[in-house]
Amino acid sequence: MQIQQALPELLIKIADDELIIGHRNSEWTGLGPVMEEDIAFSSMAQDKIGHAWAIYRILQEHFEGQDPDQFAFMRDAAAYKCCHLVEMPIGAYEFSLMRHFLFDHAETARYQSFSQSSFTPLQQLAGKIKGELKYHTLHADAWILQLCKAGEESRQRMQGALDDCFQLAGGIFEPGKEEALLISENIYPGEQALYQQWLSTISPVIEKAGLIMPQMTAPVYGGRQGQHTQYLQQLLNEMGEVFRLDPEATW
Amino acid sequence: MYGGGYIYEDSGRSRQQEEQLQDDPVKLAAFEARIARGEKIEPGDWMPVEYRRQLIRLIEQHAHSEIIGALPEGTWITRAPGFKRKLALIAKVQDEIGHGQLLYNAAETLGKSREAMINDLLSGKSKYSNVFNYPAETWADVTVIGFLIDAAAIVNQVANAKGSYGPYCRALERICYEESFHLKQGHDAFIELATGTAAQKAMLQDALNRWWQPIMHFFGPPDKVSSHSEKLMQWKVKMASNDDMRNQFLEAYVPKIWELGLTLPDTLLKKNQETGKWEYSDPDWDLFFEVIKGNGPCNKERLNVRKWAEEHGSWIRKALMREEERERTALPVA
Repeated sequence: MQIQQALPELLIKIADDELIIGHRNSEWTGLGPVMEEDIAFSSMAQDKIGHAWAIYRILQEHFEGQDPDQFAFMRDAAAYKCCHLVEMPIGAYEFSLMRHFLFDHAETARYQSFSQSSFTPLQQLAGKIKGELKYHTLHADAWILQLCKAGEESRQRMQGALDDCFQLAGGIFEPGKEEALLISENIYPGEQALYQQWLSTISPVIEKAGLIMPQMTAPVYGGRQGQHTQYLQQLLNEMGEVFRLDPEATW
Repeated sequence: MYGGGYIYEDSGRSRQQEEQLQDDPVKLAAFEARIARGEKIEPGDWMPVEYRRQLIRLIEQHAHSEIIGALPEGTWITRAPGFKRKLALIAKVQDEIGHGQLLYNAAETLGKSREAMINDLLSGKSKYSNVFNYPAETWADVTVIGFLIDAAAIVNQVANAKGSYGPYCRALERICYEESFHLKQGHDAFIELATGTAAQKAMLQDALNRWWQPIMHFFGPPDKVSSHSEKLMQWKVKMASNDDMRNQFLEAYVPKIWELGLTLPDTLLKKNQETGKWEYSDPDWDLFFEVIKGNGPCNKERLNVRKWAEEHGSWIRKALMREEERERTALPVA
């Protein structure tokens, strides 16, 4: 396989992750446990969806990809390459908060590596996105620490959420088929390296919060190959509901 | 958005007179002179009991309208067609929640806590703008809300921003600034449908037909039956009459709607060239009061969503307060 095929695979899975978690985060708009959190989740949702849009534009520009709206709003679940973690419904706040913590640290590791990528459009985009992610992880860390220190009930809730999310988060780093080529071309260092980087960043926060770090025994793979939970198609049906009324129309 | 022009009031105004009598007449005269000179009243300043009560009611209802007003549009965030609309709608609804936050803060300066205000919202004691008790059935409804209801709210908020209470005016200045962007995005989405395919135009016309009466209700009952006292105008709590604001809205927006080839479901709607005022059929005011009483199509649904958010968030708020206490006790006593 050539780099021209391997690179879009990488870009699509990253952008799909961001669009879907952004969509999920946006579901908190109006429903947050305190208004400040409601606003924070909306704000992060905009960033994530914006990142996805930017990457779909790179695909369009450099790899003869489709128009980003068509690509995002018309594909069915089987054509999506996001991991299962981002597909899950928002659940209780602790689930969404823990997912945000685990996902954003993974994103940070990813974009840090992209800032040295040999693929210039990605390297340039990483410069901008890294700055935004700093605030996302700052937000996640602060809330995890604060809630875990606030008594047994909330610490237990956060531990439960960590246990629920952890194997799913392992799926972020599902190995890609053409990873070796991407590594050798200095596009990025590969999923295993990012996973190690991620572990080294989240471990101190988890320890400081007094949470027990689960073992990564059964990371949930399949998303990168187009195998998904039922929740993704439901989400996509809703997301495309208006757009699909007339995909040729402008809205 | 979203402060409606109308401040809901429960019946029985006898308390007002009793409280009024308790105000020191010398201080009251000085207070009224300050307002007449155009000065702003600040939180620590002396103010009549009734002024404080009316302002809390006004700002609280405005704040509730922001967070409840986020719901009908919020349900369309997940369905917004295309990246541009999706991002704009999230940003817009997020702003509305932010406005709620600003307004609760402004109301708190008058002595009522955010928790007490939210409790009164959930119990039904405190009201919010009636317009949010109607369903947003299609994407076109979102564009009608984003364009016309935001526009109506701006008329009201620009007027209130010139009022007498400093913290409320400052909050409104920022809110109006952001609202002007909302209006632009609402107008843009509205025009997109109005100039789009036949199905899009039909969708928009249908939404406009359904929303027209709630929009006419938005500024409240006609001046001839509105119970609001001259005192509120003199104290610059209420800055413009319901009919004046409604007329201002019609003057600015009806031509824009007609220019796009859309119609409005009121055969009597026209501008009287002699008086310069708009004439229209009286909307159903009995229905308006029924909706205020809680019998609108979405009153229960809106409050249930808020109750869900409050109930599911209660452990977090408690945890944060416990954390604050813990931090406080950990600090050395100087």
